[in-house]
Amino acid sequence: MSKYTDHQGRPIIVVTGLGAVTSLGRGIEDNWTALKEGKSGIHKVKRFSTEGLNTRIAGTVDFMEPEEVSAPGISYAMADATTEEALADAGFGHDGFPGPLFFAAPPVELEWQHRFDLIGRTSEGEIGYERMLASAREHKQEKMHSLIQLGTIAFRLAEKYETQGLPISLSTACASGATALQQGIEAIRRGETQAALCVASDGSVTAEGLIRFGLLSALTTNNQDEPNKASRPFSKDRSGFVMSEGSAALVLETLEHAQNRGATIYGTIRGVGEKADSFHRTRSSPDGAPVITAISEAIKDAGITPDDISYVNAHGTSTPENDRMEYNSLHAVFGDKIHSTPISSSKSMIGHTLTAAGAIEAVISFKTMQEGTITPTINYETPDPDIPLDVVPNEKRDADVKNILSNSFGFGGQNACLVFGRDVA
Amino acid sequence: MSSSQKEVCITGIGFVSCYGEGAEHHWEILGGDKAPAPVIAEDTVPPYGVHPLPEMDWALQIPRKDQRQMENWQRLGTYAAGLALDDAGLKDDADMVSTMDLVVAAGGGERDVETDEAILRDAIASNDSEQLILDRLRTDLRPTLFLAQLSNLLAGNISIVHKVTGSSRTYMGEETAGVTVIQNAVSRIASGQSTHMLVGGSYNADRPDALLPHALNHYLYDGGTEGVHGRQAKGGGMRMGSVGAFLVFEEAEHAKARGAKPYAKLQGVSSDLGKRDGDKGIARLDTMYDKLGGRPDAVISGATGVSAATSFEMDYLKNKLGEDIPVRAFQTLIGQPLEATFPAGVALAALALKNDGFYAPFEIEEKSSSEQVASIMVTSIGHHCGEGFALLGKA
Repeated sequence: MSKYTDHQGRPIIVVTGLGAVTSLGRGIEDNWTALKEGKSGIHKVKRFSTEGLNTRIAGTVDFMEPEEVSAPGISYAMADATTEEALADAGFGHDGFPGPLFFAAPPVELEWQHRFDLIGRTSEGEIGYERMLASAREHKQEKMHSLIQLGTIAFRLAEKYETQGLPISLSTACASGATALQQGIEAIRRGETQAALCVASDGSVTAEGLIRFGLLSALTTNNQDEPNKASRPFSKDRSGFVMSEGSAALVLETLEHAQNRGATIYGTIRGVGEKADSFHRTRSSPDGAPVITAISEAIKDAGITPDDISYVNAHGTSTPENDRMEYNSLHAVFGDKIHSTPISSSKSMIGHTLTAAGAIEAVISFKTMQEGTITPTINYETPDPDIPLDVVPNEKRDADVKNILSNSFGFGGQNACLVFGRDVA
Repeated sequence: MSSSQKEVCITGIGFVSCYGEGAEHHWEILGGDKAPAPVIAEDTVPPYGVHPLPEMDWALQIPRKDQRQMENWQRLGTYAAGLALDDAGLKDDADMVSTMDLVVAAGGGERDVETDEAILRDAIASNDSEQLILDRLRTDLRPTLFLAQLSNLLAGNISIVHKVTGSSRTYMGEETAGVTVIQNAVSRIASGQSTHMLVGGSYNADRPDALLPHALNHYLYDGGTEGVHGRQAKGGGMRMGSVGAFLVFEEAEHAKARGAKPYAKLQGVSSDLGKRDGDKGIARLDTMYDKLGGRPDAVISGATGVSAATSFEMDYLKNKLGEDIPVRAFQTLIGQPLEATFPAGVALAALALKNDGFYAPFEIEEKSSSEQVASIMVTSIGHHCGEGFALLGKA
């Protein structure tokens, strides 16, 4: 074990650059300040009509200037902003980045505005796909085509910021942000690269998106007139998540690479654990076994024990099922120690940023360790007796945070957990 | 690969195309002295032909209750994944599948075309189309369809149906998704991060909503039944094809220990993204080629027929490997399966190596192979961007 390797002889991985955009604002500092103050970014949706919908609130990001107001347009604008911020933060500037890009990509497809646009350009064929195909033949749509290709955002980021090799676009649903980091960790551990750029972005709050998640009974329909009260992780009266937008970027490097170029280090990524669940498309195994395995593996991979975890950055979506399952799984791994371990969910303030959530929560975790301040779980007014956790209710707390467990779970049986550390040695 | 790296081999193939299903079935049809006639459905999404899904009995691999939770893209992938597990002798091995790592190349899933069209008709006639869309989506969308549209739910369905639950990752990005899954799987096994993996993708071409994105940029061929090379004189373009291609990758010692007989071994994989024009494009391919670590006797090409990409590739292969190198552009016969392109190419190469043969030319422009083929290069030069190479040898 040298000063540059961990307990398994693998290169120590550090984080040297952060970038974030959420409904609370653009940039790390604005977000961090608002999160510490317990502010909510959830609001009534103004981007499109929600007349007649059960859910009319969301954490949309309305202050970017996308080239087109659409899921791919907004997702790219946010990803571009966070990538630029993280690279500048790490001191990479515009001379290119010495590693690959791992991008957690949002779902993009043709939207209703595009369908109308196509149909309006021709009178050939029956209204529907026949006419849209005829329209496309008559008028080539280079820009529309590019926007809805699933690889486009990563390709554009890779070209603009000059990352190395083929950029990777990935999706593990609501665990995607954590998976992007996991990909970077694994590539560095394989010795393929000394640095990795991990980015996640999701700007896919559309009317159809709200309706689709609503049909799965995943979104809260309460508090539509008090949007800031709607996301209530771990509370007894939680009733679903709030759909939101956001992006985060993190620069990963080996400790050796970071020190050699004199970079400022936020902390380390110590471990990662993953386990897929075969129980159900949208629900976790009732016994929690896959989540328990993912948490245990992450802690084991970090070379520490549950006793060493000073704070848990929860998945904490505010759905009745997730929060109970997350508690039960944590209890299985930590025992009663979990009752005195602080745990909080930033989703209480910024909602569920879906594809981006795991990466945004990683950014928050590194700020938490750096400043010794835990951001709160807001809207915690009615504790759930079945979830006896210290959720850092409603107000931030100063604490000496050395190691953080960050959980991410997604539809399709996706479970990815990460362990972050403050101190390099 | 360095000497500390572990050897990666292929021990199972699940393959479905317009010619039917099963690895050996495809060798029988494609591996004969003469290529089969192309199977093209002209009426599914006119004027574009597609290589259609064959008739399927999904129940052979997917319980009915699970079939109802999927559309055909996911059914096709889940089915091909089951074939691959069967072929590797791992289908009913609970311990092996529960520790098996899953990597899937996926697109964006399928829409409810009838609902889209009904809403569009009414919305065009309405004076408040935005409200009409809202009202109709609320009543007309099926909850299950959303799950059929999520990119990672092909992997999710494979976990549920076949109990593959070591880890699960889904990659996106059109053809590059397929390149990434192969490269990722090889890297993880070679470095010791995994010992056995299920790797692949699927694409359903029999749908107007699947073809429309490509029609937008005039990438689709509507000229006739010509293959990848034959289309070039008429402006080129691609013909989409329904394909499911999954493979079981294993660390060689792991395969040997359980008595599995490999199809082939993977010697190298490389990829890149960048501009293709001029010397820079050639230099990028040279760098990729050098990483393979050997010279192939033949090439299984994922060429799409889109002219710029196809000529970029064919010119390179001729310059690098000589005019007589046998190249088989398989999209001539089974169509363009987008994310499944590279897994399909790797499967076809592994099949030939196992059977000690190669494929007869798929089009008259392709050279026949006179010599023994002991190593095969697989290419995927994306129709829009992104490139991947792999080199396979005899196990």
